[in-house]
Amino acid sequence: MTDSANPRQLRLLIADDSNTDRLILQAILTRQGHEVQAAVDGEAAVNLYESWQPDMVLLDVMMPRLDGVEAARRIKELAGERLVPVIFLTSLSDSGALAQCLESGGDDFLPKPYNPVIIRAKLGAFDRMRRMHETLTRQRDLIRERNEQLLSEQVTARRVFDNIAHTGCLDVADIRYHASPLSVFNGDILFACPRPAGGMHLLVGDFTGHGLPAAIGALPVAEIFYGMTSKGFSGPDVLRELNQKLVRILPTGIFCCACFVEVDFRDRRVRAWNGGLPDGFILRVDGSRDTLPSTGLPLGVLAPERFAASMSEYVVRPGDQLLLMTDGVLEAGNAGGDWFGEQRLARVLDECPADTSPADFLVEQVQAFSGRSEDTDDLTILALKISADDPVASRPPKASHSALTGPASWSCRYQLDGETLAGFNPLPLLLHVCMAVAGLRQHSGPVYTILSELYNNALEHGILQLSSLWKDGAEGFNRYYAERQARLKQVGSDQYIRFDLEHRMRASGGRLIIRCQDSGKGFKVDRNPGPVLSVGSERAFAGRGIPLIQQLSSDLTYNKEGNCAEVVYDWKSVDTGFEERAGFSD
Amino acid sequence: MNDKPHLDEEALAELRDVMEDEFDILIQTYITDSSERIKALHQALSGNDQDSFAKTAHSFKGSSINIGASRLGDLCLSAEKAGREGRLDDARQVLPELEAEFVTVRRMMEESLHV
Repeated sequence: MTDSANPRQLRLLIADDSNTDRLILQAILTRQGHEVQAAVDGEAAVNLYESWQPDMVLLDVMMPRLDGVEAARRIKELAGERLVPVIFLTSLSDSGALAQCLESGGDDFLPKPYNPVIIRAKLGAFDRMRRMHETLTRQRDLIRERNEQLLSEQVTARRVFDNIAHTGCLDVADIRYHASPLSVFNGDILFACPRPAGGMHLLVGDFTGHGLPAAIGALPVAEIFYGMTSKGFSGPDVLRELNQKLVRILPTGIFCCACFVEVDFRDRRVRAWNGGLPDGFILRVDGSRDTLPSTGLPLGVLAPERFAASMSEYVVRPGDQLLLMTDGVLEAGNAGGDWFGEQRLARVLDECPADTSPADFLVEQVQAFSGRSEDTDDLTILALKISADDPVASRPPKASHSALTGPASWSCRYQLDGETLAGFNPLPLLLHVCMAVAGLRQHSGPVYTILSELYNNALEHGILQLSSLWKDGAEGFNRYYAERQARLKQVGSDQYIRFDLEHRMRASGGRLIIRCQDSGKGFKVDRNPGPVLSVGSERAFAGRGIPLIQQLSSDLTYNKEGNCAEVVYDWKSVDTGFEERAGFSD
Repeated sequence: MNDKPHLDEEALAELRDVMEDEFDILIQTYITDSSERIKALHQALSGNDQDSFAKTAHSFKGSSINIGASRLGDLCLSAEKAGREGRLDDARQVLPELEAEFVTVRRMMEESLHV
């Protein structure tokens, strides 16, 4: 017999009331290299098993006090999950009695007279089985442990993710949405963020893949989406940055199908970009609907220079519903193996009652179709009802903890020259400078609006010499923007737009002075335009901008040439009780 | 009726090999235990205890087979069957035969020990 056929040394417990048989078996096993302990009856065997914990047990069937069958049962019970092979020693000759031994919990039997060759082979086989069982048990425990670890990591990751994504405005009354609590691990994302000048950005997305890779991609998307939107960046700016970031960090083959929507409640316009998601919809009050089809590739696919972030624009009216969804809706299946599909979706949208949000109605219908509520785990749906007023602007401002921190008295000049005017948007940067004053942060909306109106007036009317009269009617609108694009390319190197910002603290607040000068010819301006310009006259030179600035600020004046506007913005801090406690009463 | 050997020389040689120094002890133990078992068989018969008779015969059979006393093992099997089936008359018939066979085996073993 070769060494490789030798089972390694085992701890073996044998029990037999027959002295002769016990002596022989003990001698055979010891000679084969095992460690052996012997008991003279079943009860002694059980006790010895407990105290010595052998690897295998060999039991005579007929023993006084406790027979082999009962001893085997108790030993198996004590062993629990461990596999402890029990082999019956027997001179039983009829097959019925032998079978009974195995049925009662034994793993095999060893006939008398003992044959050392057969004993060695059997022990070897059982040792292999025993070790395989040990390995399986260990691996199962490891898998269970890993799984628990994974779940707890997901909870932690979810918490981190919520911290990054919590600043959204998904909770406003006009938004209805459906998303599984762990949707981020399905690769689905759903964000909504107010813009500083009013309106909001919405993003519904679906990463390829599941689990950690999908969730990891969602983190920078949330960070960029919320960060850039609150700083006043436009939809295309945010989209470009999202795409560029995802291209850089995601491995090939992982990307994010997404629908990005910019909602402007004041202008009643919706701008949409859809890359790879199912059609979005605008459900009109009159029952008609527009589709927001996918026109580009998903985020994270194209190199930055090939990525097109242009958005389609739609005019909306109060009561219209915007509806966005991931492909979980179309791909929901029923017991018959059918998919929900586009036709069913179209029918559901036709049937949606006017007083029900299409998001709620759609979830109900998909559930009814699939017949299983767990199927809705993959549904991510968002509906926004277009209201007459901005739902976010009407929310009470959040009080700042530290209204008086940050710079108090400062001034700066920021000038854009020549062709930089064509391709760079300075508004987020300027807003950022102003927002360093903590107390001004509650006023980011009006400040941004003033900055952006001043800048757009200076650029479009001062530098580019566009007439807002052209904006009348849809055709004029297109002409206006076509002309704008054309003239932007021809901006001379001596052209500029200059901002001078100045800030001083005042009792319970501060004053921000914004001066915006451009190199254009200026426009005729009534030297004393009065508190509110009449609608008729303002349209002639500066669109809706001037009365809006007047409404938001304490004062607006133009120089004689009409190419430099100065706005005075006085702000009061929202009372947080901080000033009194800190002794800043004067 | 039984052509099996009294003592299987080959099996005995194997045992001698396995047991090494303990071979003598094993044989002594077998002889002692077997004498006890024959006593127990008589007792069971006189007490008409068929169950005890069958069990003792069963154990006797096991150790006899193991030690190479094949013919004795067969007689034990007959005794065990008779006991289990309640044929006490048959049991009374087989017991003297079994006892005689044991005397033979014992003599042969003791001879082999003194070789």
